[in-house]
Amino acid sequence: MANSDYTGVAKAAVLAREKGQLAPLVDALPYARLLGIEAVTEPPSLVFKMPNRHSNMGNPTLPALHGGAVGGFMEMSAALHLLMTMETLKVPRVVDFSIDYVRAGRMEDSFCECEVVRQGKRLVNVAVKAWQSDPLVPIATARAHFLVD
Amino acid sequence: MVDLEVLRKLCRLMTTANSGDHFHALGLRFTRIEKDRIQAELPYSEDIVGNPATGVIHGGALTALLDTCCGFAAVVALDELALCPTMDLRIDYMGQAQPGKSVFAEAEAYRVSRHVIFCRGVAFQEDRDRPIAHCVANFSRLDPQVAAEMRRQFAPILAGKE
Repeated sequence: MANSDYTGVAKAAVLAREKGQLAPLVDALPYARLLGIEAVTEPPSLVFKMPNRHSNMGNPTLPALHGGAVGGFMEMSAALHLLMTMETLKVPRVVDFSIDYVRAGRMEDSFCECEVVRQGKRLVNVAVKAWQSDPLVPIATARAHFLVD
Repeated sequence: MVDLEVLRKLCRLMTTANSGDHFHALGLRFTRIEKDRIQAELPYSEDIVGNPATGVIHGGALTALLDTCCGFAAVVALDELALCPTMDLRIDYMGQAQPGKSVFAEAEAYRVSRHVIFCRGVAFQEDRDRPIAHCVANFSRLDPQVAAEMRRQFAPILAGKE
């Protein structure tokens, strides 16, 4: 399994970079598929989308997205952003992840954008901002460190 | 303090009542609810794999596990039942989860102040002393009137048969 799947991710990452198509890369990454992640713009100004899905709901009384789905969306988007903009063909390994939830995520489409704050030889610092209807009204901000090969 | 039997029921309902929600998507469930410790389990599944080359699950699924576990550690630290919104959360990944095995999380509230509940948690597989992730998370306390209204809404659900 390991080799063929690795090739799958590497191939999909190359396709994503060259043609700006994210779908094959998401297809190769089960957790990204579970959340339903899509790209709404092409590199270099990449915006990722997590469509409104019942399977991302946490609190049914508000109702609201599960905080873990929002965090997972942002962490996975940061990894996808690196796969689409850097040389690496391996999935970056997360070292730490910190998120501020500034508003409850309503059951609506969510978006996020990543910024590489610093790229070192092995460690990369990425900042992520997520919003719903208005990019100027964030629902969460996050930062993460990744190890890249 | 919060009635542990009532809280156990709320936790069961939270993770099972809303068919097809994120708790179901992850298979997340509570395994222990005590005054000083909340434990939850994230079973291994192909759906949460973050790296198909290794079969290792994605950190996002651990975020959901630790957020949920810390969130109820915050609730159990209160005098009266109320859900607590997550303000922020930080996870340090010390190792990768072994594929094919459940990940467990344990969390506790280590300080309850007037407006904020400070929690910490660990995620591990076989050995709690060898965690794969550590987390700190802060939760805000609802306004007393909002919390009272929430209890009124929950009362018939928590009194009913499952």
